[in-house]
Amino acid sequence: MGLLAFFRRQPATANVAKERLRIIVAQERTARGGPDYLPTLRRELFEVIRKYINVDPDAIQVHLEKEDGHEVLELSVALPEKKATVAG
Amino acid sequence: MTDEASISLVADAQPAAVEEPAASNKVAQPSFRERVLTEIIVVTSGKGGVGKTTTSASLACGLAKRGKKVAVIDFDIGLRNLDLIMGCERRVVYDFVNVIHGDCTLKQALIKDKRLDTLFVLAASQTRDKDALSTEGVRKVLDDLIADGFEYIICDSPAGIEKGAHLAMYYADRAIVVVNPEVSSVRDSDRILGLLSSKTQLAEKGEAKVKEHLLLTRYNPRRVTTGEMMSVEDVKEILGIDVIGVIPESPDVLSASNAGTPVILASDSDVADAYEDAVSRLLGETLPMRFVVEPKKGLLARMFGS
Repeated sequence: MGLLAFFRRQPATANVAKERLRIIVAQERTARGGPDYLPTLRRELFEVIRKYINVDPDAIQVHLEKEDGHEVLELSVALPEKKATVAG
Repeated sequence: MTDEASISLVADAQPAAVEEPAASNKVAQPSFRERVLTEIIVVTSGKGGVGKTTTSASLACGLAKRGKKVAVIDFDIGLRNLDLIMGCERRVVYDFVNVIHGDCTLKQALIKDKRLDTLFVLAASQTRDKDALSTEGVRKVLDDLIADGFEYIICDSPAGIEKGAHLAMYYADRAIVVVNPEVSSVRDSDRILGLLSSKTQLAEKGEAKVKEHLLLTRYNPRRVTTGEMMSVEDVKEILGIDVIGVIPESPDVLSASNAGTPVILASDSDVADAYEDAVSRLLGETLPMRFVVEPKKGLLARMFGS
């Protein structure tokens, strides 16, 4: 077993884990403390946009920012490149 | 003891513990005038099976070994397990819920540890009634423990983010978030950190913040070196809070739970030493992290060793 294990190393996936966590944790932190309707709003916006453009769910970002006294609902949609649309 | 008074006592616990004059060590029992300060510590994680109960048992033992009067409470109603890890499962007569319902006194329900004089266990109830615990009931038990002179109350939280987990953290002054260097555990820990900063009494009052620490368990330095496992720094960077201990992955944990001896009491064990270090840090000492680097091995040992 020892000899086999020496030659057959597991792939180095820790960096992948770290990157995925960095993104999901950041995303969940912005949603935290925000109103409960944000996830539903995001989902419904996604449905509407999908009628016209073929985008991934993670291409749509909905943020609620608080700036001195007033709140800004920020919606950003990353549109797919032309090539990707043709292929998809 | 009114609610207000006991809370201010608790909030003051840390600085006073640090500034405690050496002379007071000679006094066996505190007089009525210098009341003992109590710190309530929740051991939590969100995810199950990461080592909350192992950690609760070991931290409680470690503090008691240093002469502190410690109560460790199992908040996992319906799934009692701390008693097994502490090795006192056959001595449970009354439990946490019995005390809250007034079926017995707190003294009757506290199980005195056979190894350490100043350590007491309060077992969880095996009832299936999820509403057996209430905020007022928990407050009453904590107040009674404070009045009884306990210096540390360790609350062993159940997994999840339901009522039991919420109540375990609600009155905490300090939180130990147990995390494995693995994606689901890290994500759940972040969720728990969010709750600690919004759903605790300190957060609701807005006066102070629950002190948060990470405790990494099942850490395997070899796999970190080969890039298979996230490092202490990785986890710390993602979650953004300080690390109070790193517990190496070891067969000693299973052996200790088999025997009903908290692993911190195991002799000649890296896990025991790592928990001892965490206890020292909890008491304010600064120590370098041990067991985070792979011990050097020769080529032959690497090829043919276990």
